[in-house]
Amino acid sequence: MTGSLRARLLGALVIATGVIWLAAAVWIDVGARREVERVLDNRLQDAAHMVSTLAASGRLAADGGRGAPVIVPDATAYMHQLSCQIWSFDDQLVAQSGGAPETKLAADGSGFSDREINGERWRVYALEDSAKGFRVLVGDRLTLREGLVAELIKGLLWPAILILPLLALAIWGSVRGALRPLRLIAQDIARRDGDDMRALDASSSPEEIRPLAGALNSLFAKVEKARRHEREITAFAAHELRTPLAGIQAQAQIAVAAADSELRTKALRQILRGVDRTARLVTQLLALARLDAEDATLTPEAIEIGATLEEIAELCRAAGPEVEVRINRELRSARVVAPREPLTLILRNLTENALQHTPPGGAIDWRLSESPDGFELCDQGPGAPEAELPLLTRRFFRGASQAVPGSGLGLTIAELAAARCGATLSLSNRTDRAGLVAKVVFEGEAIRINQA
Amino acid sequence: MRILVVEDDEMLVDGLRTGLGLAGLTVDAVSTCADAEDALKSNAFDAVVLDRMLPDGSGLDVLARARRAGDRTPVILLTALNDSADRVNGLDAGGDDYLGKPFDLDELAARIRSVARRAAGRAAATLSWGDLTLRPAENSAFQGGLRVNLSRREFAVLSGLMERPETIKSRAELEERLYGWNEEVESNAVEVHIHHLRAKLGRETIATVRGLGYRMGSPR
Repeated sequence: MTGSLRARLLGALVIATGVIWLAAAVWIDVGARREVERVLDNRLQDAAHMVSTLAASGRLAADGGRGAPVIVPDATAYMHQLSCQIWSFDDQLVAQSGGAPETKLAADGSGFSDREINGERWRVYALEDSAKGFRVLVGDRLTLREGLVAELIKGLLWPAILILPLLALAIWGSVRGALRPLRLIAQDIARRDGDDMRALDASSSPEEIRPLAGALNSLFAKVEKARRHEREITAFAAHELRTPLAGIQAQAQIAVAAADSELRTKALRQILRGVDRTARLVTQLLALARLDAEDATLTPEAIEIGATLEEIAELCRAAGPEVEVRINRELRSARVVAPREPLTLILRNLTENALQHTPPGGAIDWRLSESPDGFELCDQGPGAPEAELPLLTRRFFRGASQAVPGSGLGLTIAELAAARCGATLSLSNRTDRAGLVAKVVFEGEAIRINQA
Repeated sequence: MRILVVEDDEMLVDGLRTGLGLAGLTVDAVSTCADAEDALKSNAFDAVVLDRMLPDGSGLDVLARARRAGDRTPVILLTALNDSADRVNGLDAGGDDYLGKPFDLDELAARIRSVARRAAGRAAATLSWGDLTLRPAENSAFQGGLRVNLSRREFAVLSGLMERPETIKSRAELEERLYGWNEEVESNAVEVHIHHLRAKLGRETIATVRGLGYRMGSPR
């Protein structure tokens, strides 16, 4: 739904009010008309009775005064609205009021009737006095009636019409007032700068606004949390990068200042180690950045895990301590369908992590999991306290003990890369001895074992 | 001067130990908040170099707790984040100075001397008593304007005494300034250094207070 809420509300209110107003007007019109007709009919009736009473007691006699009818002159302008005729039963016009037509106003019989005479419509009441032998007809012109009704309706409707704009103004004002809390919230948010994530104060807002404010507040909280997380990551990254740089600078200054060659050689060796570590860290950070940024779908291919692991183990052997990397036969013959780069990242980072934690002379074991949808790596390191297991994949987390100098990114990278392959990484402690098990479980049938 | 370095990076600690050692400072190092708190409780250091980000928590918390406990040891914070907001909350937590990584070793040494000096209530960069002048920045000593060659440990003992020339320093206090944790304390070492100092500067320079320790002799 788009458009202005205020316009929609105004429109709905105006239309609803208009319809109600119109219905009221029609009702008034119909009601007033009916009432006026009833009153006028009563008047006709009263007049007929009055005339009949007068005629019966007076000089008029139906059988008497034959000849010219008596014409009673008009008394008032108002009386002119009514016309009266007195007819004998043998159809002689006995008397009539001034302005009354010559034509008989109604056919035989008593009661009300409508009739058209000389192009004019009349409403007539007839009263028969059978004792005296005459009929009194009292009528008025419908056009006069219409005029009267119209006057009355006009008198009723005009004020109602005049009220319309006031009504519209009142509606507009109250809609505006009702939407004020929304406007206030909008202003509050508009005034903020990008860092202001304070919760909106919804305590004084109407209850319709509160869910909105609540939703906004929870969004603010989420954004704030994400930003805090980002700041922490930045702080960690800065720390991890600058600390070895500080070490390198200190050692370099020592190398420059050292008088004896032994001290200088030691410092230079430290520098080399520091540069090596920093370079590794940068590689890890770049891998992480790529995994974070990558949204393009990667093309999976069938990769021989054995050969890939062999390569990685070779590289690690060249750099690291004397730890044996064992790959079991089933895994050697397995292929996994996954995008190559993230799969290599998983294998390499898990291997490096295991090598770092396993003491010299030990071994790490790569093997197919018991359930054939994954593979796992067991090391002979100290494992991790149960409480720390879920934290191991956090960026820069190295455990409180910090026994091993690592970047704290390896397991993070492995986890993210696993997600890229449609797999999940889970970490647990070995049950048979001290050590960590890193298990990668794939969805579907990504792992294929060569029977040959 | 004896310095406590709280830093978890092995190579940097090694660099600080060697580098600050060359500048005449004795360095003890710990790598966690917990160890730092223990060390601060048990020893009197002339200054602390404290990393903000430690494996088991924030260096700032260690600092705040130490300050609450009434520890006035001057502290220089090391940080990877060097923006002003960060510096402000570091100094507010009770830090005496602030240095962003990476840093110059000589600058760190100079700042350590400066905060230690301020903590000792002296603004001048040199120590003077009678005709003796020490320049801790260069580890150099002068008597009557002439340079006197002193070993690092002799210098440490003499500057320890000259910081408060009229107060008595016990043998244990002087020993503490000479040796880090990993160093074997030779018996009679302080006596030997005092002996050498008297030989180089004159017998009256350092007075022995029987049963208590040493202090500077009356100025000539």
